[in-house]
Amino acid sequence: MTNMSKEKKRIIQAIPFMLPSIIGMVVFSFLPIIMATALSMTDWSGLEKFTIHTIPEHFIGLENYAHLLTHQEFWNTLLHVIYYIVLYIPLGFVFSMIIALILNTEKKFTGVMRVLFYIPVLTSWVAASLIWKWVLSSQYGVINSIIGIFGMKGPDWLTNKYWAMPGIVLASVWKDMGYYGLYIFGGLRGIDPTYYEAAKVDGAGKFRTLISVTMPLLSPTLFYCLIMSLINAFQLFPQVLIMTEGGPNGATQVMVERIYTYAFSYFKMGYAASYSWLLFLIILILTLAQLKGQKAWVHYES
Amino acid sequence: MNHKTRKLIYNILFYMGSALLVVVVTIPLYWMISTSFKSKGALMALPIQWIPKNPTFNSYKKVFSLFPFARAIANSAFITVMYVVITVLSASMAAFAIAKIRFKGAGVIFAMYLASMMIPVQITLIPMFIIMNKFSLINTYTSVISPAVFKAFAVFLLVQNMRALPDDYLEAAKIDGAGMFKIYKDVIMPMMIPTVATLSITTFMEAWNDYLWPLVMLSDKNKMTLTLALNTLNGQYDTEYNVLMAGSLISMIPIIIIYIIAQTQMKQGITVGGVKG
Repeated sequence: MTNMSKEKKRIIQAIPFMLPSIIGMVVFSFLPIIMATALSMTDWSGLEKFTIHTIPEHFIGLENYAHLLTHQEFWNTLLHVIYYIVLYIPLGFVFSMIIALILNTEKKFTGVMRVLFYIPVLTSWVAASLIWKWVLSSQYGVINSIIGIFGMKGPDWLTNKYWAMPGIVLASVWKDMGYYGLYIFGGLRGIDPTYYEAAKVDGAGKFRTLISVTMPLLSPTLFYCLIMSLINAFQLFPQVLIMTEGGPNGATQVMVERIYTYAFSYFKMGYAASYSWLLFLIILILTLAQLKGQKAWVHYES
Repeated sequence: MNHKTRKLIYNILFYMGSALLVVVVTIPLYWMISTSFKSKGALMALPIQWIPKNPTFNSYKKVFSLFPFARAIANSAFITVMYVVITVLSASMAAFAIAKIRFKGAGVIFAMYLASMMIPVQITLIPMFIIMNKFSLINTYTSVISPAVFKAFAVFLLVQNMRALPDDYLEAAKIDGAGMFKIYKDVIMPMMIPTVATLSITTFMEAWNDYLWPLVMLSDKNKMTLTLALNTLNGQYDTEYNVLMAGSLISMIPIIIIYIIAQTQMKQGITVGGVKG
């Protein structure tokens, strides 16, 4: 009896503390997910008032999904994301790794470097996109001017259908490498120094140590960075909307950009909702891969 | 190849890589600053002017005349501060209940919080737009700020750190007859200051730089945040890069200052993670 009332008392004590957060969870997470699921099975435009009757009146079953999966556009956006990933991952990895290694030297200048590398991370995507739009300007931009110094002609970055995505990749690597660099640096700091001593005793050089000692011990950290990069790649949005608006000729259309455009420009909210569910599915798979991988790595370490 | 030459080669490659990286990071930033001091004509000068020939402050004046930019700065500041305060308050209260009151069902609720972290914002975007529309909150600060009340990641971070606090403090305070609110305010929260500081900085960055949600919510010029102001300027004056670069630079300065202050305040250095702009 006393136990029971003690438990009750605890719940009563907890209620005022939990209330704002729980209401938030219901209004901003539960309800939206239920609504998104229901909306994805309608042809609701978003222009008419949303009422309790909206869903049954506009119900079309799984038609949106069928339409999405049987039309080229969806697969094209996936291809664009894959194009982005193929360029972004290796470039981002090399640059982030170098940043981590620079910071790890703990020289006097690393404090300043840390702030410098973090400035792009602190910059909003709107500002970063504007900067890069101008940096990549084919005639008046710095990149093509530098290429010009070597006697070559730079591409028409954002207006060429093959070069637009690489341009977006450059901007994204520039903006993200400080974030991942700092994260990998944290991983480097976590490595037990006795491994390095052992490598030294065995006569391994710096490069050899990097490849045979540091990298394997860093693999859980790198795996996390890889998955996060993949998740972010599928959520690619502001840089695309501002730098190319999905163009030229749809060459940089990606999932979130499509969701946004369908919902708020074409007023096909139901269709956009089904699009967002497919995005969620992809992200869910990646998140589960991360969780599974994490367990495998932890096992591997012990 | 002997050991010494190999070391030398490694060092040369390493320093070359570092130098290259510094150049890569700096050039776009330098180009932004340089451009912001150019006149409209100098933008189109060929070869490009690395250093503006006739530097001018005109673009800075123009940013404020073309758009209520000062207003946008104030809006961003207000929205961001409110967002941080609400996130910290709501999340720390929930975390306190989950980690310290440990009521029946706390585990289940915490698991739901963790699960909700997997849901991308894009999926809740359209329903939240509808909800805000229902409550006639579109084009209000409230619509941009209110989602701060539920930040699963913030709760997660705080629960992890609160669990590490020994319960002795709590028991001692209870014996002294302190109520739960007093324990939260005077016992637990003062010990959480480092975590709250880290959380505040990451949340500040997130809210200051947020784009998609304010874009969907705010269309009134006088309510726009800095990112939206820049976005609108880009739509209307997309060839006047001197003005756009001046605006970009202005939008970056507050957040950089706050980051540097935070870095120097916390000696061990904060690891700002988990949130990307």
